[in-house]
Amino acid sequence: MAVAKTKQDMTETRIAALGLPEHSGWSAPLRQSALDRLTAMGLPTGRDEYWRFTRPDALNAAEVQPAATFEGDENPIFGGLDRLQIVFRDGVFDADASDSLDGEGLEIDRLEDAVATDIHWAKSLYGVLEANGQTPVPRPFAALNTAFATDGIVVRVTGQVEKPVHFVYLHEKTDSDAILHFVVKIEEGASLTLLENGPAAARFNKCMEVDIADRGTFHHIRAQGRDHERRAVTHLFARLREESTLKSFTLTANGVLTRNEVVIDLTGDNAIAHVAGAAMGDGDFHHDDTVFITHEGMNCESRQVFKKVLRNGAVGVFQGKILVQQTAQKTDGYQISQSLMLDDDAQFLAKPELEIYADDVACSHGSTSGAIDEEALFYLRSRGVPASEAQDMLVLSFLAEAIDEIDSSEIADDILGRLEGWLARRRS
Amino acid sequence: MLKINNLHVKLEEEEKQILKGVDLEVPAGSVHAIMGPNGSGKSTMSYVLSGRDGYEVTEGSATLEGEDLLDMEPEERAAAGLFLAFQYPVEIPGVGNMTFLRTALNAQRKARGEDELSAGDFLKLVREKAKALKIDADMLKRPVNVGFSGGEKKRNEILQMAILEPKMCILDETDSGLDVDAMRLVSEGVNALRDAGRAFLVITHYQRLLDHIQPDVVHIMANGRIVKTGGPDLALEVEKNGYADILSEVA
Repeated sequence: MAVAKTKQDMTETRIAALGLPEHSGWSAPLRQSALDRLTAMGLPTGRDEYWRFTRPDALNAAEVQPAATFEGDENPIFGGLDRLQIVFRDGVFDADASDSLDGEGLEIDRLEDAVATDIHWAKSLYGVLEANGQTPVPRPFAALNTAFATDGIVVRVTGQVEKPVHFVYLHEKTDSDAILHFVVKIEEGASLTLLENGPAAARFNKCMEVDIADRGTFHHIRAQGRDHERRAVTHLFARLREESTLKSFTLTANGVLTRNEVVIDLTGDNAIAHVAGAAMGDGDFHHDDTVFITHEGMNCESRQVFKKVLRNGAVGVFQGKILVQQTAQKTDGYQISQSLMLDDDAQFLAKPELEIYADDVACSHGSTSGAIDEEALFYLRSRGVPASEAQDMLVLSFLAEAIDEIDSSEIADDILGRLEGWLARRRS
Repeated sequence: MLKINNLHVKLEEEEKQILKGVDLEVPAGSVHAIMGPNGSGKSTMSYVLSGRDGYEVTEGSATLEGEDLLDMEPEERAAAGLFLAFQYPVEIPGVGNMTFLRTALNAQRKARGEDELSAGDFLKLVREKAKALKIDADMLKRPVNVGFSGGEKKRNEILQMAILEPKMCILDETDSGLDVDAMRLVSEGVNALRDAGRAFLVITHYQRLLDHIQPDVVHIMANGRIVKTGGPDLALEVEKNGYADILSEVA
């Protein structure tokens, strides 16, 4: 039991360095049970099934490792969109920099205000989807988040909201350690586009729980920060009711460690969940997408499209699962994970999984890893496109299937601009 | 325009000599055709001239208007005015045909020190050229060559040629995989580009293409060399009698 003891000690050390907040209102018992979950499962080690490809040490450590902030002259992403901006500075809500927290069809509260309100809709959701998502695979950092979140926002959407809500995570202090928790509730027939960007902190633990009622729609687009040294572990837990839709896209450029977990339960019939990601890594970069989609309702559709461009020692990880329960007849599941290696030093580790208990389903998955297509490169060059530009075109071409998952062309253009900037910085 | 002198080429990866002393001169304003049996080195020559990896020039030279082609990167050759219409045009998913055409044209203009074409002017240019080749808006919007039929791919090659306006055009078996109507369209596209300042080198297996694109000179290539040169009649002779007679004659 030596390992278990190590695990227990490590978990206790981490917990001792944190503290449950004093004025946590109705969230106090929810936080306590999350803490109990965490203590029971312990923080991960490399021996845990879903942590074999990604070392959790820096995320486990009681002390945060410092990270320099990104210096660049690019315009802030999503800056051209009409949106409701909510700003966090090193993980602390900044009211002055944010827009006022109201809008038609929206109820937005800061977490600390919500928990102080005796009767609040978020009471029945905080930590609930996270707790549901702990089986069959434990997600200790999500439990840690629910227990120790220092700030956050809860959003209830009651109508079809046109204007996106935008969380901006500024990173200014080199040793900041942020734990943010979000709850989003999309009511029947309501819709929201949520944007997120920024590194948030030297170390960032984010947990978002999204509950989508019948015919609700949730679009989610995020660009994770460009700070090279930042570390992040994020969880998106979503529950989809009948005929609801979730579409989530993540762009990751840079970051020494990123672990993005997505846990989706399609509980209602005819629901749709698409998750996609484009990651670009150069050098000291480790990016991990761990996705678990459970089909319970009939005739649901799920898509996972993850693309990674890697070079110079960068590492990409994909662990994606589609679980189709016996009730989930007529499931349409698709999963693709691909990496493009720009040199011989990059590494891609993929673990695609299908587990199917229904007999009338269509599920497909694929995983590939390859270099730039020399034929295509020569074709472009023979038409006069310089080699470096031709290579960039082929990188964008490789990522296109993931970017196509973004419905809004305006937002897709923003993401493309960010990708082009990343490529251009590496061209000279 | 194009001058090839005693060109010897081997494969980079293995000791296999493909071209064994090719001499060829294609003057501006002319159309030369190269015919020859499979494996004679025709396609290799087109690849070596356009700068594809995998070949090693062991002897000889190739110049375009006096400039050493073999010393240039593929994109420099393109900017200098060389164009290869591929036998098998490459599919590039995720890159729109229009984006590709505009990037290529503007890269070449930039390399030559010319101004880039504005989006509006470019659109006008493409529409005009595409219409003649019966290339519709949908084909222009789709990713480069993805889901194109054989004929559409070849028409797309000719569209690129029409837009890039190269000085020296090499057509590598552009007739392969074309039906009669597509062959006519492609040939009309090529003929429309015939000009006193432009030269063509048409590589083909069949005389049929040369009915549509009438050559000034026909060369027969065999075993890595040009073994016979003549007028358009030479192509007819090949069509009728095959290569055996010619090859035994020069052996």
